[in-house]
Amino acid sequence: MNESVIKMLIEGIGETLYMTFGSVIAGYIIGLPLGILLYVSGGKGLRPCKPVYKLIDFICNIIRSIPFLILLILLIPVTRAIVGQSYGSTATIVPLVVCAAPYIARVVESSLTDVDAGVIEAARAMGADNFQIITKVLLVEAKTSLMTGFTITTGLLLGYSAMSGTVGGGGLGDIAVRYGYYRWQTDIMIITVILLIVIFQIIQNTGTKLSAKLDHRKR
Amino acid sequence: MSAIEIKNLTKVFEIDGDTVTALKGVSLNVEKGDIFGIIGMSGAGKSTLVRSINYLERPTEGSVFIDGVNLSELSPKALRKLRSRIGMIFQNFNLLEQKNVIDNVCFPLEISGVKKKDARVRARELLNLVGLSDKEKAYPSQLSGGQKQRVAIARALATDPEILLCDEATSALDPQTTAGVLGLIRKINEKLGITVVIITHQMSVVTDICRHVAIIDGGKLVEEGLVESIFSDPRSDAAKELLSGKQIKGVHRDSLEARRKIRIVFRENSAYEPVIANLILKVQSPVNILRADTRNVGGKAVGEMILGLPEDRSKQEEIIDELKKAGLSVKETEEDE
Repeated sequence: MNESVIKMLIEGIGETLYMTFGSVIAGYIIGLPLGILLYVSGGKGLRPCKPVYKLIDFICNIIRSIPFLILLILLIPVTRAIVGQSYGSTATIVPLVVCAAPYIARVVESSLTDVDAGVIEAARAMGADNFQIITKVLLVEAKTSLMTGFTITTGLLLGYSAMSGTVGGGGLGDIAVRYGYYRWQTDIMIITVILLIVIFQIIQNTGTKLSAKLDHRKR
Repeated sequence: MSAIEIKNLTKVFEIDGDTVTALKGVSLNVEKGDIFGIIGMSGAGKSTLVRSINYLERPTEGSVFIDGVNLSELSPKALRKLRSRIGMIFQNFNLLEQKNVIDNVCFPLEISGVKKKDARVRARELLNLVGLSDKEKAYPSQLSGGQKQRVAIARALATDPEILLCDEATSALDPQTTAGVLGLIRKINEKLGITVVIITHQMSVVTDICRHVAIIDGGKLVEEGLVESIFSDPRSDAAKELLSGKQIKGVHRDSLEARRKIRIVFRENSAYEPVIANLILKVQSPVNILRADTRNVGGKAVGEMILGLPEDRSKQEEIIDELKKAGLSVKETEEDE
């Protein structure tokens, strides 16, 4: 294999990681507060508020029901407005975040719902306000579950970032489509797939280990 | 002034369009420094009652006064401040599983904005008080049930409360551990002068450490008074049930008519005399001892006995008279052996 291919693959790995982690971080900046809001306004939340819950619930469901590939195309004008162009790895982050945020909101909501109601009641009996309950009880007690959710989301976005290769998104997916599919270079296709598998494994294993390490419930 | 005053408290829950009345016009006073038991079968409404004391449940009607302050008139902020003066422990301990013992004890202090360093000092004092100084760095999952409840007690005391609410605090513990935890609560009551309210379904908890008791049945307060007097002279069906541990409601009265039974309670003085033997010699008729037991009520040994009386009506009256003369409290009962 010549040097230029290796260089291209290394760049591809870099772009893939950039897209994955860029979109996960931006996704959490939007999705985490949304998830907390879903939990808080939900029927068993700290301050149930049906209109707020229904609205977020509705938006989340709409976005989540659009297949990613279609979302990618639908959002081209938005992406162009934000990034200035509709191709390349930075541009791909926009649809990835739009796709990830509602997913993250749901994952966060479900993690928070799993926190023992008794502990929340105890905090309330101590005089904690809702903000303290969220920051000092819910997010702390749910940290392992939140970590697991983070790992799953990252894995999902790794896959989606590869999918964006079909529309010139950059990264390993892009390489696989351009060389493996259009030019019939099966060896490059196989290498990109192996690289994606390795990256996925590293993310998943690190996440699992980290969440086990954070967990003080069972030892 | 009473530490806690509950006036005509009613709580109605709405569950899926149905209304359930958990409490109906409950009024009671808890004096400062008392250990007050609230006992009832599960579903009687006692958990709702204890949660009304710190307004975790807002009453539908009626009011709660803490130290003369009407909770319904407090702003949310003032209410949260007041809650920090009321410690609470629970059946399932409700410790933060992801925090170690000392951080759990520091937690209420953190919430009220105490500096971390000062909080640690206070937490160490309390861990010493509950006998868990060596477990400071342990996580709740590494502790036994009794130890968890001790941590919970230390946590409840962190903010120097005037009142400690115990919601079925010993129900998940074995008898020995229960005795240890109750001993600790008594010690706290005596040493720190904290008013204690204990919710339980176990009569033994009440007789062990409470001075006053209220009996809740079907959301209503059916009996209230000194533990000693309710133990020796229970009036309500609920009280009798809780004392015998058996169900009384729904038993056919006519079938019991034939085998009339009485429950007698021995106080200290009468416990030394051979009352039953004397009685049989005097009346010349046997009685059937269906059950006998001694219990520790407020530190005094009190005996109780269920007697089955002979069929002869006049003999029955004679026996009851004799027992009353001997200074025992006598009460007809429908309890089974």
